[in-house]
Amino acid sequence: MSGSDALVLRDVRRSFGRTVALDGASCTVRRGTIHALLGENGAGKTTLMRIAFGLLAPDAGELWVNGVRTTLRSSRDGIALGMGMVHQHFMLVPAMTVAENVALGGRGRFDRDATTKRIAAIAKDSGLVLEPESRVADLPVGAQQRLEIIKALAHDARLLILDEPTAVLSPSEGADLLRWSRRFAAGGGTIVLITHKLRDALEFADDITVLRRGRTVLAGSRGGVTETQVIAALVGEAGPALHASRPSPMIPTDAEPVLHLDGVDYVDARGVTRLRDVTLDVRAGEVVGVIGVEGAGQHELLRILAGRLEPTRGRATRPARVGFIPEDRLHDALIPELTLTENLALARAGAAHGRLPWEAMRHATTGILRDLDVRADGPESPARALSGGNQQKFVVGRERHLAGSALVAENPTRGLDLRASARVLDEIARAGGSPPPAVVMYSSDLDEVLAVATRVVACFNGSVREVTPASDPEDLTPYARALLGAP
Amino acid sequence: MDALVALWDGAFGSSYAFWSATLVRATPLVLVGLAVALAFRAGVLNIGAEGQLIAGAIAATALAQWLGAMPRIVTVTAMALGGMMAGAAWAGIAATLRRRYGVLEVISSLMLNFIALALLSWVVRGPLQEPTGIYPQSSTIAASARWPFLLQGQRLHLGFALGLLLATVSRFWLARTASGFRVRVVGAGARAAASAGGVDVARTTFAVFLVSGACAGLAGASEVGGVTWALYEGISPGYGYTAIAVALLARLDPRWVVVSAVFFGALEAGAAAMQRDAGVPAVIAQVFVALTILGVLAGAHVRDRVRARRIVARPEAA
Repeated sequence: MSGSDALVLRDVRRSFGRTVALDGASCTVRRGTIHALLGENGAGKTTLMRIAFGLLAPDAGELWVNGVRTTLRSSRDGIALGMGMVHQHFMLVPAMTVAENVALGGRGRFDRDATTKRIAAIAKDSGLVLEPESRVADLPVGAQQRLEIIKALAHDARLLILDEPTAVLSPSEGADLLRWSRRFAAGGGTIVLITHKLRDALEFADDITVLRRGRTVLAGSRGGVTETQVIAALVGEAGPALHASRPSPMIPTDAEPVLHLDGVDYVDARGVTRLRDVTLDVRAGEVVGVIGVEGAGQHELLRILAGRLEPTRGRATRPARVGFIPEDRLHDALIPELTLTENLALARAGAAHGRLPWEAMRHATTGILRDLDVRADGPESPARALSGGNQQKFVVGRERHLAGSALVAENPTRGLDLRASARVLDEIARAGGSPPPAVVMYSSDLDEVLAVATRVVACFNGSVREVTPASDPEDLTPYARALLGAP
Repeated sequence: MDALVALWDGAFGSSYAFWSATLVRATPLVLVGLAVALAFRAGVLNIGAEGQLIAGAIAATALAQWLGAMPRIVTVTAMALGGMMAGAAWAGIAATLRRRYGVLEVISSLMLNFIALALLSWVVRGPLQEPTGIYPQSSTIAASARWPFLLQGQRLHLGFALGLLLATVSRFWLARTASGFRVRVVGAGARAAASAGGVDVARTTFAVFLVSGACAGLAGASEVGGVTWALYEGISPGYGYTAIAVALLARLDPRWVVVSAVFFGALEAGAAAMQRDAGVPAVIAQVFVALTILGVLAGAHVRDRVRARRIVARPEAA
């Protein structure tokens, strides 16, 4: 263990109930560097850093701080060792002033003058300037984040963990923050940057650690790894077995598309353009795989295809009902307290009139349970009594039952174990019937997309384009380049 | 012990006690209890049933005065419908504030209760005051505007029958119809209702809010037409608040609202008798009420815990 390492985590394991969040996660952070911790949503980045900071206890594994092996009982211990964490969702009291928020973690009486002096001193040292008497609620997001950092510095933090710091910032604010991080590191401080933004990591970090499904899959210095390696580590390297099962595209290209987008733009409620001039056709029998790093526009693309969002500009042609399997099934697809039959009825609740045909729907539910091998006590058992995999199989069955011609799925295997994942993917790709449905599936896991898709499109920065596979099916370079937006 | 006997006798001791005291007191609680239960089922926290009841009572009184000479069927129908519309309109203020400006209905509907009380106190001193102008109340409504009694020699009136009817209809509506199902899914999981079901959540909650107000307004009309025959400031001894307890005790199920309302009606009737016959303050009855509610809620909690444990204990299959 070298004394120049500010933070070392080794073979950390942590589970929440049945879900294993981390297993075999390791990370070595050198003092005076910016260290990027990369990974897709749910890869375990934040969990790992919460363990480093003392907010969570690991089930197994070692933690070394400044060359000394330690066990942290709470974040108080982490702070005492010179660590500070800026959470993705700020931990500020909006009704209080900057000075009051800075004093909040301290002990004893609130001494306004001393706090003001401390803030002035930090401003002089770090260049982070805030008016001590302004109310936090009146500050813009960038300033609130600055305040979070000032809070950590007020406790003499030398190691700052920033969780997705640029997600809430405008591009220029983000660049400011990263430049500041560089100066902080140059002054002997250390920064851990939790991010899914490849660009930030590749441009600003000295070292990179990539987590995937709770495991460290790549670690190295920026100079020592290539972009392609990082992307392959992020999204996974497809094994030959998966490629073998990939269906061959035999869809007549002159058939009428079932889903059709023409010059679609989408601007969200905050005025940010999420999709830009997207044109896409999906025909019956096709399984179009969507890839993209977080926030590249796939979230909006899928919802427009599924009829859950309307384009701001351009035209979207869809069947009256498109089956949709959203990422967050417990909030967006199911109501856990209701029975399975009622959850089937839920999918038609908006359009139904008069009396509901409960008897017929109970039959249909029984059919879905049988066809997709959903393990449940019966159509009257509450959805919450099912395991995640069975819930998801039920949702897939329901959406296929109600919308025969088109199906849109978003990270359908999230939170499922390998076997359940395989079953769900199988059901999505199998989607039979005549004519067979048009299927669109996004997954943050490239392996999954390649396993089921007949062709692949990539989202980058709001635009969508087709990925032409390399002549060697084992060669993933075209996908990696598409994820980065390279031509 | 004497106190309990007096309480029981006052509520169930004689046919008069049951039909004319207990059920008459239960009548507004059934109607307002349904109002609260329906709103809560959709996740609308309508605390303003009291104000909606008062709005209904004012409208019914005005209609009774105005239509006094008409045949009974016309007057009584007009009072019922007018009361419902007034209650819905009063609820509509809070519903619109919620839909348009995102104002929390817990606060707005509660505040509207106080405005309704002030309005009532003005109305009985102004436009609807009895002709001599001495008492702050309306003149007694005409005989043809009084709601029919259901039983010979008992004070039980049409309002209770309407309450039973409404409970049955509500139950059927929630369990069997598409629009009733929308109310349930919006209350149980608004995000999934919108995302998976394409339900217009804002529209559904707005509509339920109005229906809830209409039920409470009907209770106001029923009190004026069936019990008090006049409008005065104390027309509701807080029925709108008691109804929240009624609805929660019934776990928001319309069928159980009737049972729970009769239970509360019996306690109120019994408490009055207990004070009269045994000299025990009627407040003691409220202690019973509170203990019962706590008991029922604790029981439900324990049942949920047991059920949850059973689910977790079940071995997991793919």
